[in-house]
Amino acid sequence: MLTFFIRRLLTAIPTLVLISLIIFLLLDLAPGDPLADQPLSIPPEVRQRMRDALGLDSPAYVRYLLWAKQFFWVEPLYFLDWVAGTNFSDGMQRIVSWQFRAPVFDIIVQRIPQTLWVVGLAYLVGVIIALPIGIISAYKQYSWFDQVGTFVSMIGFSVPPFFSGVLMIVFFAIMLPWFPSIYDTTLVVDDFQSLGQQIRQMTLPVMVLALQTTAQLSRFMRASMLDNLNHDYVRTARAKGMTEKVVVLVHVLRNSLIPVVTVIALGIPSIFGGAIITEQIFKVNGLGQLLITAIYANDLPMVQTLAFIFAVLIVACNLIADMLYGLLDPRIRYD
Amino acid sequence: MTDAPIAAVPAKPDTSGRSQWWDVWDQFKSHKGALFGAAVFGFIVLSVTLGPLIWTLEPTFIDIRARNAGASMAHPFGTDQLGRDILARMMAGGQVSIAVGLTAMLISVVLGAFIGVVAGFFRRLDTFLMGLTNLFLALPLLPLLLVMVMLFRETLARSFGPEMGTFILIVSAIGITSWMQTARIVRGEVLALKEREFVLAARSIGTPSRRMILRHILPNVLSPIMVSATLGIATAIITESALSFLGLGFPPDFPTWGRLLFDAIDYLQQYPERVFWPGLAISLTVLSVNYIGDGLRDALDPRIRGR
Repeated sequence: MLTFFIRRLLTAIPTLVLISLIIFLLLDLAPGDPLADQPLSIPPEVRQRMRDALGLDSPAYVRYLLWAKQFFWVEPLYFLDWVAGTNFSDGMQRIVSWQFRAPVFDIIVQRIPQTLWVVGLAYLVGVIIALPIGIISAYKQYSWFDQVGTFVSMIGFSVPPFFSGVLMIVFFAIMLPWFPSIYDTTLVVDDFQSLGQQIRQMTLPVMVLALQTTAQLSRFMRASMLDNLNHDYVRTARAKGMTEKVVVLVHVLRNSLIPVVTVIALGIPSIFGGAIITEQIFKVNGLGQLLITAIYANDLPMVQTLAFIFAVLIVACNLIADMLYGLLDPRIRYD
Repeated sequence: MTDAPIAAVPAKPDTSGRSQWWDVWDQFKSHKGALFGAAVFGFIVLSVTLGPLIWTLEPTFIDIRARNAGASMAHPFGTDQLGRDILARMMAGGQVSIAVGLTAMLISVVLGAFIGVVAGFFRRLDTFLMGLTNLFLALPLLPLLLVMVMLFRETLARSFGPEMGTFILIVSAIGITSWMQTARIVRGEVLALKEREFVLAARSIGTPSRRMILRHILPNVLSPIMVSATLGIATAIITESALSFLGLGFPPDFPTWGRLLFDAIDYLQQYPERVFWPGLAISLTVLSVNYIGDGLRDALDPRIRGR
C-alpha cells in the first residue's frame, strides 16, 4: 500500500509540473497588456522601467521559472513565517496580482471562507440528502419513490445551475420575498439576528448547488446498492435470521458505500472550481468569482495561480480516492 | 452454449429481412422515457429548423415602439427591450445552440474514439495516450475554456467574421476538452475485444492493422461510442450556454439560448418570464437527450435486449 502511494505521489509530480506549464503557455498567448490601464501621462522610460520591474520582457522560460520558484518556494516559506513567526522569506518577491496590486495568496485567503461556507455546505447537504434517497430507491426498485427519485435526479442533471439559480431568484426572492438574491459578504455574524440573516442569504445558493450533487450521488448510490442487493451474502444474512434493517443498513450499505465514498472524494475539487456560475449568479465573492474577474481583467498571475491550485486539488483528490478504494475494499491490492 | 443453435433455427425465417438495428429499435421503443425524449428532441429540432419558415419575423428586426410587450397574438412570447420578437429569437438561438451541440459532440467523439482505439490497439502508444487522457482529466476545464475563448476570440473573429469565428472557437474548445471519457470507455472495450477469437482469426489470415480496426474493432465498439455521443450533445449544449451566460459566448446580435438567458437576467425584476423560455428550452433539450442516451444504452446492450 505504502509503495503504491509513494509511486502514485511520484507520478503526480511530473503531471502537475506539466499542467502548470500548459496553463502558463496558454496564458502566455494572452494579448492583454498589464500596464494598459495605467495613465497615458507616464513617460515611456518610466513605463519601460515598470515593465522591467514586472519582468514582462524576459523570455517565457524565465518568467515560468520565476513563477514556479515563487509558487513552490517563496509562498510556502512565507506561510511558514506566518505560522512560526520566523523570517526566512524576508525580501523575497511573492506572486503579485496585477489587478489588486497585492500578493495573490492574501486575496485567495480572503475569499476561501465564502466559498467553503456556501459551496462546501452545499456539498455536505447534497451528500446527506443523496445517500438515503439512493438507499430507498434501490431497496424499493421501480416503486413510486424510485420513479420520482429517478425523475428528480434527471432534472437535477438537466437543469443547468444558471437556470435553476435564476428560477430560485424569481420564485423565492422576487415573487415571494423570503430570501435575498445577493450574498452580502460584509455581514458580520455576532448575534442571533445576523446569524438568521446569514442562513437566509446562504439558502438559495446552497439549494441550487445541493440539487446538482444530490442528482449525481443518489443515482450512484442506487446503482451501487442494486449491485450488492442480489449477492449471495445478502441471502445468507437473511437466512441466518437477521432483521431486514441489519441486512440492508449494515451488510449491504457498508459494501455499497465503497465506490460512493470514492466518488464523493472525486467531487471535492468541484467545490472550489465548479461553482463559478453559481457564485456569479448570487454574487458570492468566493474563489470562482475571483477567477472570473481575474480572467476579465487579464490578471495573469492570479489566473495562473488559481487554475493551478484547482489542478492540484483535482490530482490530490484522485490520489485520495484511489487510496480510499484500496483501504476500504480488501479485495483490491495494489502491490 | 448447446441450446443456442437450436434456438436460432426457428428464428431464422423471421430474421432474414431484419438487421440487428430492428432489434435495437424494438428495445428502444419499449423504454418509455427514451421514446418520449426522442419525440421531444425531434419536436425541438423541427421547430427551430422549420419554425422560421412559418414564423417569418426576423429575429434581428427592431420595432422600438413595441418594446417590452407582453404575450399577444403578434408576439406569442412577447418582445425584448428593443422590440425584437422573442419567439423568432428563440428559434434562431435554438438553431445555433443545437448546431453547437452537434458539432462539438462530433469533434469530441471522433477525437475520443480515435484516441481510444489507437491506445487500445497499439500497445506501444497506450502509456503515452492514456497519460495524455489523464492529464486532460486533471486540467481545470471550465477556467481553461474561459481563458481559451478570451484569448482567441479576436483573432478568429478577424479571419472568419464574428459569428463564424465564435462558432469555430466554441465548438473546437468544447470538442478538445470533452473527449476523455469516450477515449477511456473505447479503450477498455478495445482491450477486451483484442483477446477475442475472431480478432485472432482475422490476424491469423494476415489482416493488416488498418483493416482490422475498420472492419472488426470499430463496428464492435460502436454502441459505447453512440451512447457517449448522445450524452455529449447534452454536455456541449450546457457548456455553450454556460459560456454565453458568463458573457464569453456569441455576440449579442447572434443569439443562442444561453445568450438570451444572459440578456434576460438584466430585466429579471421587471420581466421575470423572459428568463423562462430560453432556460426551459435548454433544460428540455438536455433532459430529452439524456433520456435518449439512457434508452440507447439499454437498447444497444445485447444482454438486456433479449429480455
